[in-house]
Amino acid sequence: MAFDSFQEFVQMGGYGFYVWLSFFLTFLVIAGVALDALIGRRRLQRQSRTLQRRRQRLSKRQQRQSSPVEESKR
Amino acid sequence: MWRWLHPYAKPEATYRLVDKLLPWFAALTAVSLLVGMVWGLAFAPSDYQQGDSYRIIYIHVPSAIFSMGAYFGMAVMGVIALVWQIKTAEWSIPAIAPVGAAMTAIALFTGAIWGKPMWGTWWVWDARLTSELILLFLYVGVMALYYAFDDQRTGAKAAAILAIVGVVNLPIIHYSVEWWNTLHQGATITKFERPSIATSMLWPLLISLLGFMLLTISLVMMRFKNELLRHELHRPWAQRVLGTAEESH
Amino acid sequence: MMNSWQLWRSVLVKDLRIAARRRSDALNPLLFLLMVVTLFPLGIGPGPDILARIAPGIIWVAALLATLLGLDRLFKDDYNDGSLEQLCLLPQPLAFTLTAKVAAHWLLSGLPLVILSPVLALLLNLPLDAWWALALTLLLGTPALSALGAIGAALTLQLQRGGSLVSLILLPLFIPLLIFATSAVENAGMGLAVQGQLAILAAISVLTVTLAPLAMAAAVRMSMN
Repeated sequence: MAFDSFQEFVQMGGYGFYVWLSFFLTFLVIAGVALDALIGRRRLQRQSRTLQRRRQRLSKRQQRQSSPVEESKR
Repeated sequence: MWRWLHPYAKPEATYRLVDKLLPWFAALTAVSLLVGMVWGLAFAPSDYQQGDSYRIIYIHVPSAIFSMGAYFGMAVMGVIALVWQIKTAEWSIPAIAPVGAAMTAIALFTGAIWGKPMWGTWWVWDARLTSELILLFLYVGVMALYYAFDDQRTGAKAAAILAIVGVVNLPIIHYSVEWWNTLHQGATITKFERPSIATSMLWPLLISLLGFMLLTISLVMMRFKNELLRHELHRPWAQRVLGTAEESH
Repeated sequence: MMNSWQLWRSVLVKDLRIAARRRSDALNPLLFLLMVVTLFPLGIGPGPDILARIAPGIIWVAALLATLLGLDRLFKDDYNDGSLEQLCLLPQPLAFTLTAKVAAHWLLSGLPLVILSPVLALLLNLPLDAWWALALTLLLGTPALSALGAIGAALTLQLQRGGSLVSLILLPLFIPLLIFATSAVENAGMGLAVQGQLAILAAISVLTVTLAPLAMAAAVRMSMN
């Protein structure tokens, strides 16, 4: 252990502000990138759901127009 | 039927592989980063010249190294995409670039914050910081080029070519320390036989390096999974993975 | 059937002939450069010491920007009228043929800069010892500017408004040239050795001019489909 007390650890020999600021910002950036990936997945889920709904609407319309035998091919 | 399906089997297999590996990488990232950071922040001795401010090294150096490592990886993917026309390699470029840019940004502002107590100003036009800034511009250029085209494949190829061209800049970045002898201290661990850093400080640094490498890979994997899904959104496997598959009726 | 060299020469001659017919296209970047260089004394003040101090940087930055200006027409006309596609289909290596277009671009933008450099040095009160160094750095560095610029132009061929994107992707690649060139001119002004910087500039130019055509060819082929 390089520090005698927790107080000293926080102060970092007078450089506490710089050390903790850089660690905090680093954490923020990494968390941001990870969060962006998670949000991206959510967005994809939404897009996929919209795509599905549109496809279902289309197939329903087709069902009404053509015979059900045609539909089962899909 | 099979001939039609075959080319599409590949992204799915890639996705399954990445999906299986990601938890392991994430766990290893967490462990190594935790060990590296706690060791570096609390247990490594303080530097006789720089005091405790040197502890920024445990994020500054790893992020700087893997900002370049990510760029190199992106260029390798670019070569694969251009030579063998593999689509998954093309899709990896938009997965790698933002992560690499984030690493570059971390290296930049930790360098600046470290510079404040050491040099007295936030920003010094020193060789390595400047090179990191150029690297950030390169990342921005690759991303802007990728998204500039209506056709994603053309955009990916253009970005791949630019990434390869930019790799020529990486040696310049690496040797810039020798070329422009400025305020920045010399490279710390280029020579493993006689490192200019004490062993008690070196070990946590090596662990942090491992942690940042795994972190970069994990973040790229997360984004890469999304890219795979994005391009295969109309395929049943992607819908199954996303849990939006058509209910059987 | 033309061999590669004959094709190279004909492409070069064609580009120069087109430039001779449309002189303003070739002259505008040079006039732009001259104006940028004029603006700095007006903005900073006519103090000869300051001007001499920052002259190498101003001239080189202006040269970089002027290079960007002339780039959109490098491949665009040939792309639009289909002759670039014909070049792709020829058995002669495309990368080699494209160097002719780079050479034409350099003759129209780089070489005039070298010739213009004494005037620029005069305007900015550059010391006598630095004149020749400035000319030499421009002579050694501008081929690399043209070659790198051609990559950017080829990459953005398909885009309607590629101008700002071209500067975004090219300026970072120009930076090493800027650093070594200006440091050479500064050293020359102080009577120090400049061989090192000039050698690096020459090395960068040789490397760029030999490797860039490969990237250019790949980018042009990419733009074709």
